[in-house]
Amino acid sequence: MDVLTLSRIQFGATIAFHYIYPPLSIGLGVLLVIMEAAWLKTKNPIYHQMARFWTKVFALTFAIGVATGIVMEFEFGTNWATYSRFVGDVFGSALAAEGIFAFFLESGFLAVLLFGWDKVGRKTHFFSTCMVCLGAHFSAVWIVVANSWMQTPAGYHIVGEGMHARAEITNFWELVFNPSSMERLFHTVCGAWCAGAFLVVSVSAWYLLKGKHIEFARKSLKFGLIVALVASVLQGATGHISAQGVAKNQPAKLAAFEGLYQTTSNAPLMVIGWVDEKNEKTVGLSIPYALSFLAHDNFHTPVIGLDQFKPEDRPPVSASFFFFHGMVGIGVALIGIAALGFLYFRKGTLHERRWLLWILVFSVLGPQLANQFGWFAAEVGRQPWLVYGLMRTPEGLSAVVKKEAVLTSLIMFTFIYFLLFAVFIYLLNDKIQHGPHEDDLIPSGKLALPEKK
Amino acid sequence: MHFDLNTIWFVLVGVLFAGYAMLDGFDLGIGALHLFTKKDEERRVMLNSIGPVWDGNEVWLVTGGGALFAAFPNVYATVFSGFYLALMLLLASLIFRAVAIEFRSKRPERWWRQMWDVSFCGGSVLSSLLIGTALGNIAWGVPIDARGEFAGTFFGLLTPYPLLVGITTVALFMMHGAIYGVMKTEGELHDKLRRWAMRCIIFFVICAVTLTMATLLFVPHMAARVRENPWLFTVALANMLAIANIPREFHHGNDGRAFLSSCAAIITLMALFALNIFPNMVYSLPNPENSLTIYNAASSTKTLGIMLVIACIGIPIVLAYTVSIYWIFRGKVKIDRMSY
Repeated sequence: MDVLTLSRIQFGATIAFHYIYPPLSIGLGVLLVIMEAAWLKTKNPIYHQMARFWTKVFALTFAIGVATGIVMEFEFGTNWATYSRFVGDVFGSALAAEGIFAFFLESGFLAVLLFGWDKVGRKTHFFSTCMVCLGAHFSAVWIVVANSWMQTPAGYHIVGEGMHARAEITNFWELVFNPSSMERLFHTVCGAWCAGAFLVVSVSAWYLLKGKHIEFARKSLKFGLIVALVASVLQGATGHISAQGVAKNQPAKLAAFEGLYQTTSNAPLMVIGWVDEKNEKTVGLSIPYALSFLAHDNFHTPVIGLDQFKPEDRPPVSASFFFFHGMVGIGVALIGIAALGFLYFRKGTLHERRWLLWILVFSVLGPQLANQFGWFAAEVGRQPWLVYGLMRTPEGLSAVVKKEAVLTSLIMFTFIYFLLFAVFIYLLNDKIQHGPHEDDLIPSGKLALPEKK
Repeated sequence: MHFDLNTIWFVLVGVLFAGYAMLDGFDLGIGALHLFTKKDEERRVMLNSIGPVWDGNEVWLVTGGGALFAAFPNVYATVFSGFYLALMLLLASLIFRAVAIEFRSKRPERWWRQMWDVSFCGGSVLSSLLIGTALGNIAWGVPIDARGEFAGTFFGLLTPYPLLVGITTVALFMMHGAIYGVMKTEGELHDKLRRWAMRCIIFFVICAVTLTMATLLFVPHMAARVRENPWLFTVALANMLAIANIPREFHHGNDGRAFLSSCAAIITLMALFALNIFPNMVYSLPNPENSLTIYNAASSTKTLGIMLVIACIGIPIVLAYTVSIYWIFRGKVKIDRMSY
């Protein structure tokens, strides 16, 4: 394998692993805010117990998120130095803003969230929880803005030629609000909410199945299901808007998502199928007219196919098709699962339906897979471009890094990340087996309620 | 020297890295000292002394790296791709350091704790050594070709002078961490740490004197600015006085002030480094004309201006809550249920 392949594998693998954790932090952050708000409002100690338990889970995901996130920041420079020179002027502002506005906020107030329970008052603690949640969301803002700039560059001009060409900023706000940034941001954040919510749902459903911590599980499940339902429905809506954006801004990507080789009016939507790349055909079950309608709000508008692009400008079709359809399929299933769970929860008969509880237990994998598939679809679909229309992926590589060096680091990361993942699962399981702490039903220190005289 | 945007960003990137050295420096130092005590309880106290703050401190490095990327993309690209294997090792050490803190006390088994204790200590020492060695290479000069790319090899980075800077950095952080530990602990561990702190000071002074001699003899360009502007010698003087003040404050029982002296020592050292490399960011050896400077490696004036606005809004807010958080966690460490 050459440097290019190895570098792409390394970047893809390290970001895929990293991307397990920040969405959990963002989603759990929202639930922590809700739980603590419920405690402040109702003074019911069970909400305090919930906040404490989920904070510990949050801390675990956050630690690995931080440890693997720093790798991402370094890899732009180590493996993609030419790309870094090219985009530094526009891309760097977003990264620096992420550091100053998001990471400091998140990690600073995390100290109070984790260790401040007995040191600060309840309102200060709640404020810290909100700040951690806000910081987590800010980090999504800046990184999605930067990534969206690579999909739909705006607010820049090219200075210099050949080796020395680089993009320079002309308008900061055009860069931030580039054509795809906001729709992709909302879609990403909804995915993160799903990740957090379905984790809470899954653990709570498991407690109900085992008949443990019933009251704790019911209350957690309620919040989890509400956030899961809202987030998964919004996920569908933002996904639709985002796909319309892709149809407009990156037609080659949409064509690859759908395996659409010929430009077609009344284009059908593939529900399930596979791509025959050799004969340039996609076979499977499809809904007539639906793609034209979804992409352009009109049953007859032609949808641009891959035939409009030279072979060297086309993304890998099978992979794009698979990831995109995988994501959509799981997303739709999650809406159904959340709705069904919520329905029976409202009826008060959810605990009798063990089959549904089992589905809820495994639903935690859904958002994780869908988030991964979604990113892979977005990034594979952007190929062969690194920065859409401006820089091809091989052009962004570091000039001086050798194959052996990348192979060494790839082996190193593989080893470390397998170890981290095993330990993460082990500790998460440990935490779940232990369950909520009985002492947490009575808040201590400054958080204790004033005694009645 | 006139203060254009490039100079301001040179200073700001310097401030971020100095902030990192001053803050995460004591975390790494605590890590380096971690295995010196065998008692589980004492190890937990050491770990929890940095528990609430270490990851906020590491953000200074992340933001410093981000600022370098944004303000001086050519430096970021050349150094990060050139120092490839060294940086991958640094990443591995930082990962092990970070997760060891989180994982260590989660299980009671001896082998489990010992494994993460070794990771914590090893990760901390190796991180300090690598950061110092990288800085040492920048000071010594690295081979840069006409395209602005690194033209050396991994083993070419491991020469005596940079390694000496690396070892000095380990000593500096150990001293800094020991003093921080003295401030945060009480009882038997407190007395132990005080003894270690004195030894670390001696270790650091030996390294620092050797490094100063080596620099004056073999790296004359790293003293050129002070030679031309003798009043800048006051910075070197301030550095020496700050170090000398540490044992004095200890003697009077002012642990907090000893720590502040140690912070001052780190900041003055970084200032000396920055003053002498300016306006270069990566000095090219053997072809100084290929050096990356704050001008030929920088982003456009427009970007530097926008980022200055971001920094002016962000930095005061960050400083305000960082100080508040240190205030909340002031005082001696107590182990409780939420502790590591």
